[in-house]
Amino acid sequence: MKWHVLHPLWVGLGVVGLIILGGRFLVPDDFGVHGRSFTYGYHRLSSLDDWKAFPVKYQGRESCTECHEENVQLVSSSVHAPIQCENCHGPAVNHPDSVQSLTVDTSRELCLRCHAYLGYPNSNRGAMPSVEDRTHRRRRECSSCHDPHNPGEKSE
Amino acid sequence: MSCSRRDFLKEAISTTAASVLPLSAFVLLSTEEAKAAVANSKVRYAFLIDTNKCVGCGMCVRACKIENDVPYDAPVTRNWVERYIFTKDGKIHIDSPMGGRDGFTDNEMYGEEIDPKDVTKAFFVPKGCNHCDNPPCVQVCPVGATYQTNEGVVLVDRDWCMGCAYCIMACPFGARYFHPVHKVADKCTFCYHRINKGLQPACVQSCAFGARRFANLKDPDDPVTKIITTERVAVLKDLYGTKPHAFYLGLDHDVR
Repeated sequence: MKWHVLHPLWVGLGVVGLIILGGRFLVPDDFGVHGRSFTYGYHRLSSLDDWKAFPVKYQGRESCTECHEENVQLVSSSVHAPIQCENCHGPAVNHPDSVQSLTVDTSRELCLRCHAYLGYPNSNRGAMPSVEDRTHRRRRECSSCHDPHNPGEKSE
Repeated sequence: MSCSRRDFLKEAISTTAASVLPLSAFVLLSTEEAKAAVANSKVRYAFLIDTNKCVGCGMCVRACKIENDVPYDAPVTRNWVERYIFTKDGKIHIDSPMGGRDGFTDNEMYGEEIDPKDVTKAFFVPKGCNHCDNPPCVQVCPVGATYQTNEGVVLVDRDWCMGCAYCIMACPFGARYFHPVHKVADKCTFCYHRINKGLQPACVQSCAFGARRFANLKDPDDPVTKIITTERVAVLKDLYGTKPHAFYLGLDHDVR
């Protein structure tokens, strides 16, 4: 066989060789099989640390209790006890270190997420105390009559 | 063109050798090695979702978006809540506006008012990544940018993902989306940064009704694991064989 017929083959092999050589330099050292198989566990190991280092924003009620114990106790004895403080008060993030105060969401929309009347009898939504948004005190915020920390009693 | 038996055998052997050789470039784990890698993990996370408890407030979606820096007003979410309404005329209405981010506060669906008197049954189904045991999204990744950790969590390596979106197409649950800021595929991480600090995932923590819970399946004393192992649970799209690890209580036959 004449050599020029094989020419494209050498070029092709050269390209493959360059790709393999380039991979040696460009692929991180911790790339490999770190799970149960090549199919599911072939990845960069330090990617796990990248995700672990992601900042936490919702700190949870335990974190609130450290300073606001009275308020936590107040809400804990009401029917709103299962609702996390941060659901209404916003994520704590770095509060109180860098963020001084949190913005409380007192909008009707927040309350209506659970308490808007939909009329679905056989779902848990039907068991919620609910109001018709269009007819119930349209212009007022819910918290002007109801105490969100103790919704069982109506305040003046 | 003639071909002697000798030439044929020569060609056949050399071709086979040439095609087998590149395989040696891959790392192949033996069964023992693979078992050892997984046995090291005393953790296998799973979701338990109780559709009977969900009221469709959408706080899980809001908390997830804020916690994980998912662009709040972009129509992409890592988890979402679907509303199913069955009316007396035999129709099924399904919607999930903005993934249910702002909750479900009226009876309007796609600009059409549904009279509660016509409703035979209605309920909400919280959804998200199922963290499958055989995740098809991981199998299709051409660059090894998405993988399953030893705890069963399916993650995306943002530095390595090139945004080809094969995985978004491969997921039968539509749990992945293209992140508009980082320009990579993005998905639920099981709040990997939170569960490694002993916190609950943001969606689980924000749920006031216990509709979303999470479990460590390898811990037999975990109360949620007990529910999964002793009660009647179902998974979505079982026939795909992906072995989803989001278990549902009270799942309706018509939920897809």
